[in-house]
Amino acid sequence: MTQTLSTQSRKNPPRVAAFVLMSALALTACTNPDRFGAGGAGAGAAGANGGIIAGSINDPTSTAYFNQTIGDRVLFLVDQSTLTDSARGQLTQQAQWLLANPGYTAIIEGHADEQGTRDYNLALGSRRAAAVQDFLISQGVNPSRLKPITYGKERPIAVCSDESCYAQNRRAVTVLAAGAGVS
Amino acid sequence: MIQLSAYVRRLAATAFTAACVFGTAAPLMAQDQGPLKIEITQGVIEPLPVAVPDFIVETTQAAEFAKQISDVIAADLVGTGLFREVPDSAYISKVTSFDSPVQYADWKAINVQGLVTGAVSVDAGGNLSVKFRVFDVFNDGQLGSGMQLGGSTNSWRRIAHKVADVVYSRITGEGAYFDSRVVFVSEAGSKQARQKRLAVMDYDGANVQYLTDASAIVLAPRFSPTGDRVLYTSYESGFPQIMMLDVGTVTRRRLPVPTESMSFAPRFSPDGRSVVYSVSTGSNTDLYRMDIASGQVARLTNTPAIETAPSFSPDGSKIVFESDRSGTQQIYIMDAAGGDAKRISFGQGRYGTPVWSPRGDLVAFTKQANGRFHIGVMRTDGSEERLLTASFLDEGPTWSPNGRVIMFTRETQGATGESALYSVDISGRNLRRVPTNSGASDPAWSPLLK
Repeated sequence: MTQTLSTQSRKNPPRVAAFVLMSALALTACTNPDRFGAGGAGAGAAGANGGIIAGSINDPTSTAYFNQTIGDRVLFLVDQSTLTDSARGQLTQQAQWLLANPGYTAIIEGHADEQGTRDYNLALGSRRAAAVQDFLISQGVNPSRLKPITYGKERPIAVCSDESCYAQNRRAVTVLAAGAGVS
Repeated sequence: MIQLSAYVRRLAATAFTAACVFGTAAPLMAQDQGPLKIEITQGVIEPLPVAVPDFIVETTQAAEFAKQISDVIAADLVGTGLFREVPDSAYISKVTSFDSPVQYADWKAINVQGLVTGAVSVDAGGNLSVKFRVFDVFNDGQLGSGMQLGGSTNSWRRIAHKVADVVYSRITGEGAYFDSRVVFVSEAGSKQARQKRLAVMDYDGANVQYLTDASAIVLAPRFSPTGDRVLYTSYESGFPQIMMLDVGTVTRRRLPVPTESMSFAPRFSPDGRSVVYSVSTGSNTDLYRMDIASGQVARLTNTPAIETAPSFSPDGSKIVFESDRSGTQQIYIMDAAGGDAKRISFGQGRYGTPVWSPRGDLVAFTKQANGRFHIGVMRTDGSEERLLTASFLDEGPTWSPNGRVIMFTRETQGATGESALYSVDISGRNLRRVPTNSGASDPAWSPLLK
């Protein structure tokens, strides 16, 4: 089973007048081991999950290399979705890697810390994912290889309730999946 | 135990028979005191003492229900904060027969002001029948007529809640809320990987039934105006999308929002025919309205800002929502068809999750200021803001059917932080934790059941 982004839906959106049974929807992006950006080292276990041939961190074409050496995430200030200078530097490297490794697509997860209401944080996570997506596209990455998703405050990676954890949770994580996307 | 289908079957079986069958035992006497009445609007500080003696067992099979029914009635009344139960250990006279005269002097002597007596029977067909009377002890008289309510024995709790609703309404002159349900998100697991599933329960935490499994994140359910359907946000496709669940059959469908967008924060219109919700496209989140039958969609807002958390006015003509178009989260009201919006929140801090009260006069909201969260209410023009709670994280108010009580999510801080449901009176008194057997969040109150 390979992880591919569901690009079918863009070409063939369901008829608006009819309800679609959820069970018929393709499940995408549900089993990636790096979901929620729980730590780049998680890529080492990817083989067990099927889908991603993780490779060694020494292999510059591997997800492990991307996650740990390039860096899979950028952080945001409180209630902000503006990319910091350091984030732009980070994303420039991500874009270069994606251009050099066209066999991957990516889901861009936007996350918020717990200091906010649920709905607002979903929208804020969307903004953060979009900021990353827009930047990668501006660097030449094909838009069809990128799909944003917001998790709002539903998937923190650090669980203390002070700024040291909040800062880690206000993040956008570029989660690789094998598959070339739509060209 | 998962009982996905039990909920509506029981409701369907609960065809209540209600009749005023007992003549008033004695007309309300004019005395020095006015008739028994709690004027809630004047602010009740001292709860009214009431007694609910165990209901009389009139048939053998009624024995297992009679005491439970009177206990639920007493718990409903005491739970409002407006009543205090006088324990049966203080009673001077015992109620041994439903029709024997009330010994007012005995109840006055122990300072009981409201007395509820009743009797329970179960017929050969398994139908439970409860008859009851409410007495104004200090005026030596009955408050309203005696009543009888019937239903299946399985519905004994609902019948008890209905009795309590009548008692509450007679004494306060207001609509009640005990025979109602709450849909919410039941939570388990660690904070990093919280498992969430939809559940529904009686307003007091009893009879929990799960509506989804924990395989996908689910958020913020909302009842339809008749309580037969629930809208919520689910990640079961991998992305946040709006689902509509039929509570009776426990079947769910995806709202036909285009799948390349993320949609969330759905809420029914008061006529139940359309849904207003948020869609995030790129960095922008706007409000849309969909006619459920036709799937036709209208865009209601068109700014680069975040617009979310919509809620209709009870007459369906307006929508209150939150937007950060001013730079921070604030509350706005616009026509239900969209267009210009008027900001109503101007206090210090951020305002979100506005919910219009069933009476139409107030908007409940979540406020964030100085690192604390509050549940509050304001008038629909933004005046008379009152904060009802304060904690590390309170959010997501929902109104009781009579507009008197607000339920919300309270989350504690830190790695072991857990969500729980709380309720508070709109006066800011009577803060209570709603009992749930696991973590719980995002409550939404049903209308009063029929």
